[in-house]
Amino acid sequence: MARPGNDARPLRVAIIGAGPSGFYAAEQLLSHHGLVVEVDLFDRLPTPYGLVRYGVAPDHQKIKSVTAAFDRTAANPRFRFFGNVEFGKHVTREDLAAHYHQILFTTGAQTDRHLGIPGENLAGSYPATEFVAWYNGHPDYVNYQFDVQQEAAAVIGVGNVAVDVTRILLRSPEELATTDIADYALDVLGESRVKEVYLLGRRGPAQAAFTNPEIRELGELPAADATALPEEVALDDLSKAFLDRTQDRTTMKKVEIIQGFAAHPPSGKPRKLIMRFLVSPVELTAADGHVAGMRLARNILQATSAGTLVAKPTDRREDLPVGLIFRAVGYRGIPLPGVPFNQDWGVILNEKGRVLDPASKEPVAGLYAAGWIKRGPTGVIGTNKPDAAETVAHMVEDAAEGKALTPTEPEAGAAEALIRERQPAYISYPDWQKLNEMEVQRGKAAGRPRVKFTRVQDMLAALGR
Amino acid sequence: MNIAHMLARKGGHVFTVRPEQTIREALAALATHNIGALVVVDENDRPIGIISERDIVRWAVLDEHLFSRPVRELMTKNVIVGSPEDDLKSVAHTMTEMRVRHLPVVVGGRLVGIVSIGDVVKAQRDEYEGEVATLQIQITEDRS
Repeated sequence: MARPGNDARPLRVAIIGAGPSGFYAAEQLLSHHGLVVEVDLFDRLPTPYGLVRYGVAPDHQKIKSVTAAFDRTAANPRFRFFGNVEFGKHVTREDLAAHYHQILFTTGAQTDRHLGIPGENLAGSYPATEFVAWYNGHPDYVNYQFDVQQEAAAVIGVGNVAVDVTRILLRSPEELATTDIADYALDVLGESRVKEVYLLGRRGPAQAAFTNPEIRELGELPAADATALPEEVALDDLSKAFLDRTQDRTTMKKVEIIQGFAAHPPSGKPRKLIMRFLVSPVELTAADGHVAGMRLARNILQATSAGTLVAKPTDRREDLPVGLIFRAVGYRGIPLPGVPFNQDWGVILNEKGRVLDPASKEPVAGLYAAGWIKRGPTGVIGTNKPDAAETVAHMVEDAAEGKALTPTEPEAGAAEALIRERQPAYISYPDWQKLNEMEVQRGKAAGRPRVKFTRVQDMLAALGR
Repeated sequence: MNIAHMLARKGGHVFTVRPEQTIREALAALATHNIGALVVVDENDRPIGIISERDIVRWAVLDEHLFSRPVRELMTKNVIVGSPEDDLKSVAHTMTEMRVRHLPVVVGGRLVGIVSIGDVVKAQRDEYEGEVATLQIQITEDRS
């Protein structure tokens, strides 16, 4: 029989996870010249866009405009969305193998990495990603609680999640009220008593992962002064030498901005950011079962054999009295049922997007990965575009060579019937567009981009289901 | 982006050779796997050197009997190694400056992967492309 990929017999692809990588891959497959592909995009949530909706901060609406491109992909007649359908629960790998030639996993990195220090799980210490999911209205997190009655908070990490959490903690209720932050989060944060937020980096200002626009924004918050300690933002010899050698202007600018925070006295705004560098938490201390403080080790920088400057703790300790802690030291992927996993890196075991058999290390026909579940959590939204392109190139190449699954029912109708049977409450793209329109309408009255539905039953009810 | 992210999509397999194996065997492995270098490991799988196609080519000009000699005699012993937390920027700089094409990655003495200059160039390109794609979207799609 002829290879699938023509009008009579399209190449049928299931993509698991409707975040940026899922959409980028769908777009690239659907627009591949000379190949007819049908894409069914699944998500365990009723809503598409993944971390664009539930990760990108509510005060960064501009970044969310990428969804307009995803909507154009979704308008392709060979594209379907099945939201509220969970892989491993409603459909298994075997179910999909009976209906699709290829399965692509784009499930992202859904869990937090741990610090591995005593007291990490005390009340008042939270993974930053849970706070992010909560204020963004992720249905799994609506009932979470965060103790913002504390006056001093610390955010551990200097990546973009840490910066987002810091900024949200330092914004006034009035500022948050113009965003699409979840309504319940707006209420809770409106009553926040947090006055000081420490942002803690284990290395120096020249090694911080945040971008210059992100750090500049922290310095321009209407209701919070940005400060830093002069002795911690002065460049050490190793960092200086590295910048001299590489002439890395972006990093030089970053250091200059941060040194500016240390040079200017606070202007008396109600809240305060204190950026700290060269410190690592070694223990969280408790009072009455709740976080009461954090013990920090002072670090020095050391060069690895490959030239990276890494933090090395010294004997010097310091106690920071904080009652609220967010840990933002990275995401990690979680294994999917029936899919090989690489524990070392927290990703699906893969080679350039082809899923590998753990025993033979050879590709498993028809299974692929893209995005964070393929390479780990790194890069900006757009980084997933070249990443998806690499995987899609292999999918196309393999399909042409007949390396694919051998579905018994490779028809769109059969797949839909199966999903309808397993999850009658699935959400289609037209369903989502109705929800989207309702959210935007609800926001208009309040001068907000949207007011999100945050519970699955509310979404279904709004659709009359 | 750091070395861990570069290794995550490489399947984790590293091709190695023992110091007592011959250059002929090393060449066969390079050709079979279509790679440019092999990490030389001792009996405990600890990396003790590296041997590249370049090393072999350069010696082949001088020594006709090269192919039956042991890898030990040609390998580079003072190997620059990486660790998973090494970031892309410094690795790219170090590999370019030191003219190193392959960086074995080691955790606690154990070999966990290898990063080639090709991997580094691709990772840098993907980062730039990603940033451009993101900026393009923000310019063309901005509705706020």
